[in-house]
Amino acid sequence: MTATTMAGRPNKRRIRKGRVALHAFLITMSLIWLWPLAWALLNALRPLSDTIKNGSWSWPTTLNLNNFINGFQQANLGYYYLNTLIVVIPAVLIVLIVSSLVAFALTRVRTRINLFLLLMFTAGNLLPPQVIIVPLYYLYNWLPLPHAIADNGRLYDQYIGIILIHVVFQMGFCIFVLSNYMRTLPRELNEAALVDGASLFRTFRSVILPLCAPALAALGTLEFTFIYNDFFWALLLIVTGSKRPITSALNNLQGQFFTDQNVLAAVALMVAVPTIIVYIALQRHFIRGLTLGSTKG
Amino acid sequence: MPDPQVLSLAPAPAPTGAGVVASGSGKKRRYSLLTRRDKIVLLVIVGIPVFLDVVFIWGPTLASILFSFTNWQGYGGITAQNFVGVQNYTFLLTQYTLFWPALIHNLMWLGFFVFIASPIGIFFAVLLDREIRGSRFYQNVFYFPVVLSLAVVGIIWELQYAPDGFIDSALGLTKQTNAIDWLGNPSLNIWAVLVAASWRHVGYIMVLYLAGLKSVDPTLREAAAIDGASDVQTFFRVIFPVMAPINVVIVVVTVIESLRAFDLAYIINQGTNGLELLSILITNNSISEASLVGRGSAIAVILLVISLVPITLYLTRVMRSTGE
Repeated sequence: MTATTMAGRPNKRRIRKGRVALHAFLITMSLIWLWPLAWALLNALRPLSDTIKNGSWSWPTTLNLNNFINGFQQANLGYYYLNTLIVVIPAVLIVLIVSSLVAFALTRVRTRINLFLLLMFTAGNLLPPQVIIVPLYYLYNWLPLPHAIADNGRLYDQYIGIILIHVVFQMGFCIFVLSNYMRTLPRELNEAALVDGASLFRTFRSVILPLCAPALAALGTLEFTFIYNDFFWALLLIVTGSKRPITSALNNLQGQFFTDQNVLAAVALMVAVPTIIVYIALQRHFIRGLTLGSTKG
Repeated sequence: MPDPQVLSLAPAPAPTGAGVVASGSGKKRRYSLLTRRDKIVLLVIVGIPVFLDVVFIWGPTLASILFSFTNWQGYGGITAQNFVGVQNYTFLLTQYTLFWPALIHNLMWLGFFVFIASPIGIFFAVLLDREIRGSRFYQNVFYFPVVLSLAVVGIIWELQYAPDGFIDSALGLTKQTNAIDWLGNPSLNIWAVLVAASWRHVGYIMVLYLAGLKSVDPTLREAAAIDGASDVQTFFRVIFPVMAPINVVIVVVTVIESLRAFDLAYIINQGTNGLELLSILITNNSISEASLVGRGSAIAVILLVISLVPITLYLTRVMRSTGE
């Protein structure tokens, strides 16, 4: 009798038993994980009068979308979605373009500078934003801008200011990921382009950039979620409540719906909708974005 | 320090992640074929982002340090008279009643993440890395909260913790009689918030760790199985050690997330009444309520010094892997 069969028989039974326990555990954990969201949804679908009359821990008598409709109108959510759009779209595009250019350039500058700059960008992205917020706040209030760019002549309380800080802060992460990615591309590609007489920019656009498409898709998805979910920067660098992107606006909306938790739940869920869409439609890219920065480099 | 020339010309390190294109061994040659124009283009491409990084990140970092030694109130210039030495720091350590609670809350956050949330995330990853039915489904469930903003997470959990919310109702406690005010009780609320924060953090760590586990050479597991090692032994003796690079990332992410903690406490009660955090004290002192720039900056410097530990750890790793 060989060692494998000796160990094999009882093991199999133990494995099957183990599997049942494993699934029982995982199902329990999944239910716990989904519960807060399910509860929020349940509350959002119930009229407040029902909750007040029967308590929140009761079988709902009515379920409808009124809280969503009322919340959307009363909170002016459409308006805040637009604010977010004004910030997120340019910020994501600019950060991807700038970062891929810098990452490309860094693969060409093969000196001490390469590593130094990479460390500088990466470290900048790792700092807690609160470490720089105070001087940044005064800088934003002090730095003069042409009125054509910012109607108050400052970066403070302006979309351009918010876009700028997102680009600068996220740039560190994107450059790091893209430069690692580009280093894995075969070196011969650059040389071939060079031999063909392609200019530096041409090599970047026609050779390197297309090869980086998977990394750019992953980073784009991730950065969209990061910037959409930003609460901190817009809370402190935009003072006019009606100018805030939707995530930061939740801070004030919470006060507005203080007396109606059910509408607040509906509003919070609606704020989450774009990220939930990302979760459903682009999760492959999202996950790859999260892991690109960690599994390599 | 190794010659950077050699360092950067060495072939790219062997790919570790899935989907990474293998690099050719590449001739060790300098790209000296750049034209003058190319060099100017490179200078502009790199120069502008570097300038912005310096002006909007590193400049403010240094300014925080400078401000922390002044009593500047936010308007007018800073003159020699504004410099007050370490007065802000001594005030924080000896008289400012919110400082120690905030520091302790940050450390609790760190401890909770390091010893509870991150290990749970790793545990989930290890469980789901095996070929079990529905692994994908479980992964999706656990990582779902990661896409939500912390502001939304805060509101979702407020519904759990409210005096007539789920938890009290499930425990049979009512508002009229003996409800536990999970978020209003200053000795309880930090724990309540940590549970909510972990709900999101666990999924994040799970995703990172799963990606790492996928890149582990499967023959290591087979070898361990042939040697008769149990699952637990295989993980701690074989897998965990070869996962060292990912473990560093997990530690860095965990520490940095705990130091950055802001949104959740802010959305719940503006970081007061038991939810004080260093990050919130910075903004409360120097921006929102008062313009005690010096005091807020001193707190920022303390936060900076603490965050330099994980940052240095991470950068060392970047340098090592770039130099391989």
